[in-house]
Amino acid sequence: MASYSLAKFGAGLEIRLRALFYSVGGRCALPIYLLFVIGFVAPLLLIIGFAFTESHSFSLLSSFSLGNFGEIFDPSSGIWKSFAWSLLFAFIVTIALALICYPIAVGMVRILGKKWASLVSLLFVFPLFISENVRLYGWVLFFVKNGILDGTMRLLGGEGPDLLFTPELTVFGLIYSYLPYMLFPTVLGVSLVDKDLLVAARDLGASRLQTLREIELPLAMPGIVIGMLLTFVLSAGAMSEAKILGGQSVIVLTHDIDIAFTYAQNWPLGAALAVSFTVIVALLIYAVFSRLDIDRILGGKR
Amino acid sequence: MLGHKKSVSAKDHGAVKGEPILTLSDVCRSFEGRDVIKKINLTIKRGEFFTLVGPSGSGKTTILKMLAGMDSPSSGDIVYDNQSISSIPPKARPTCMVFQFLALFPHMTVGQNIEFPLKIKGVPAEERYDRACQLMSMVQLPEDYYAKNVMKCSGGERQRVAIARAFAYDPQILLFDEPLSAIDAKLRKTLQKELKALHEKSGKTFIYITHSLEEAMFMSDRVGVLNHGVLEQVGTPNEIYAHPNSRFTASFIGDTNIFPVRVRPEGGWESSELPLSVVLKVKQLDRNIEGYIIVRPERLRFLTDGALADNAIPAKIVAIYSLGSSLQYELIAGKKELSLQLSSAHAPDYKVGDAVTVGWDADDAIFVLN
Repeated sequence: MASYSLAKFGAGLEIRLRALFYSVGGRCALPIYLLFVIGFVAPLLLIIGFAFTESHSFSLLSSFSLGNFGEIFDPSSGIWKSFAWSLLFAFIVTIALALICYPIAVGMVRILGKKWASLVSLLFVFPLFISENVRLYGWVLFFVKNGILDGTMRLLGGEGPDLLFTPELTVFGLIYSYLPYMLFPTVLGVSLVDKDLLVAARDLGASRLQTLREIELPLAMPGIVIGMLLTFVLSAGAMSEAKILGGQSVIVLTHDIDIAFTYAQNWPLGAALAVSFTVIVALLIYAVFSRLDIDRILGGKR
Repeated sequence: MLGHKKSVSAKDHGAVKGEPILTLSDVCRSFEGRDVIKKINLTIKRGEFFTLVGPSGSGKTTILKMLAGMDSPSSGDIVYDNQSISSIPPKARPTCMVFQFLALFPHMTVGQNIEFPLKIKGVPAEERYDRACQLMSMVQLPEDYYAKNVMKCSGGERQRVAIARAFAYDPQILLFDEPLSAIDAKLRKTLQKELKALHEKSGKTFIYITHSLEEAMFMSDRVGVLNHGVLEQVGTPNEIYAHPNSRFTASFIGDTNIFPVRVRPEGGWESSELPLSVVLKVKQLDRNIEGYIIVRPERLRFLTDGALADNAIPAKIVAIYSLGSSLQYELIAGKKELSLQLSSAHAPDYKVGDAVTVGWDADDAIFVLN
C-alpha cells in the first residue's frame, strides 16, 4: 500500500516536472523560478547557515556552534525584550487596524458609490508613492518640540503633548504605515457579503448587532484574516517606526538584527536572531490559524 | 424524530380564515418623482394564497418590499389586523420573505440556516434542533441534511431550506419574491405543487409574486394583475381567465386574438384591423359602442364543410406548431395575425399556405373597453 502510494506520488511528481519543463507556460515561468531560487531560497539558506557558525565569523561552514541561539535565549542578555516589543507592537497594531479598517471598509463598500469608493482608495494609496522614511520624518516635524503641533498650541497659549520618541508614537507610526495593507483586503472581504443576506437576516428578526455578528463578520472574515496576517507580519518586521518615531526608546528585534549585521559585525548572531524570529512568528501564526477553521473562513469548503 | 411530528398551524386560533388580514389603502410609491405604484387598494384574506402577477417593471417587487418593511409607501397605508404597519421595521412585522435568490447564509449548514430566526429569538439549542427537524420533514428534506452545507445543496433543496427558514420565523404572512423563477420547468412544477400543499397544511397567508400568470393561476386562491403600478384586476384564476377586464390581462396569459371593434352606422360591428366588409356580431350588453373583443385561440375554429359561426373571416395558414396535445395554427386575415389552437386528435388536414375560413361565436368572445 505504502509503495503503491509512493509510486503514485512519484508519478504525480513526474507529471508535475513534465508540466514544468514541457509546457509553454512552464518554460515561460522559468525566469520566475530562477529569481525565486536566487532571491529567496539562496539567501534564506545562507542565513540559516550563518546562524549555526561561531560568533563573529565571516565564513560559512567553517565551524558549527549553537552559541548564537544560546546568547539569544539567555535571559541575562536582554534580547528577549526586543522579541517581546516587536510581537507586542505587531499584536496591538493588528488589532487596532482591524477595528479601524472595518468601519471604513463598510462605508466604502456600502455607503459610497463605486466612483467615490475608488477615489477614497486612491487617497489611501497616495501616501505609498512617497518613501516611508520621508513620511515618518514628516511626522517627526509634526510632533517635535516647536514643531507643527507643539508650535500651534504654543501660539494658542498652551503646550503640545510630549509624544515624540515614545513607544506609543511607534504604535501610531505602525498603524499609519500599514493601514492600506489592512484596509484593502477588508474592503474585498466586505464586498464579498451579499447585501440580500443582511436584508434577509433583518427580516428574520435579527438586530443590527446580531446581523453583524452572525452574518456580516463571518462572511467578511476571509478579507479580514488576510489583512490581519499581512499587518502582523509586516509590523513585526518593521524597524523605521521604532527608530524614527520611537527614537530608539525601545529596540525592536529587527533593529537588533540590523545592529548585529552592521555596527556589531556579528553576522552569525544577526542570522540566528532572524531565524529565531521567523520561526516564532511562523509558530504564532500557525497557532492562531490552527484554531480557526481556515477552510471555512477562506471559503475553501463550500 | 418522526414520533412527534407536529402539524404546523396558525398560532392565533381565534383568527377566522377568510377575514381580512392585510389591507392596502391608496398605497403609492414614487422614486425620484416617478410613480412606480399608483393608488393600490387591496385586501388580503387570512389564510389565502394570493399572487401578484405582472411583467417586470410593473411594481410587484416594490409592493412586496413595502409589505415586508424594506420599503415604505410614499402615501397611503398598510394595515395588518386593524393596526398600521407602514412604519414598522421588518424584524417587528408578522411577515417573512422568501427571496428571489433565496439569500441563504452560505457559511451555515442547512440546520443552522433554518434555526437562524430561532437562535435570534434566544430559543435553547435542543428546542431549536427539534423545530428544525420538524420543518425539514415538512418541506421534505431528509433529516441527515441538518449538518449539510447549504451551498452543497441542489437548487430545489435550497428552495426548501429557504421556505423552512421563513416558517421557522413563524410569520402570519409569508411573502415570496418569485423564488421559483430560476428553476427548470419540471422541478418548478413539482415545487409549485408542494408549495400549494404546504399552504393548505400550514394555514398561513401566502403572498406570492411572479411574472408568470400560468404559475399564478396554478397555485393561487386569488390573483392580482399588476401593470405599470396599477392593479388591473383582482379575482380567482378562473375569473381572470374567463372574464379579463382589459386587453392587458387577457393577453398576459399567452397568445390571444384581440380586435378593436366599433358599431357600424348601418348596424352590426366592424374592426379596423379586418376588411371593413366583414360585419361582426359582438355580444355587448353595455351601451359602449367602441372597445375590443378577445377571442382565445382555442375558441377560434376552422369553418369547413359548411360549418357556421356567428363570425367568419377568410384567412391563410402561415405556420403550424405542435404543442404536443394540441396544434397551434398561425393565420393571417388581411393584415391581422391570428392564432388558432385545437386538439391534435381532431386536426384537419391543412398545410401551410392553405386558404381557409375561420370563425367564432359571439358568446365565445369577450368584450373589454380598454
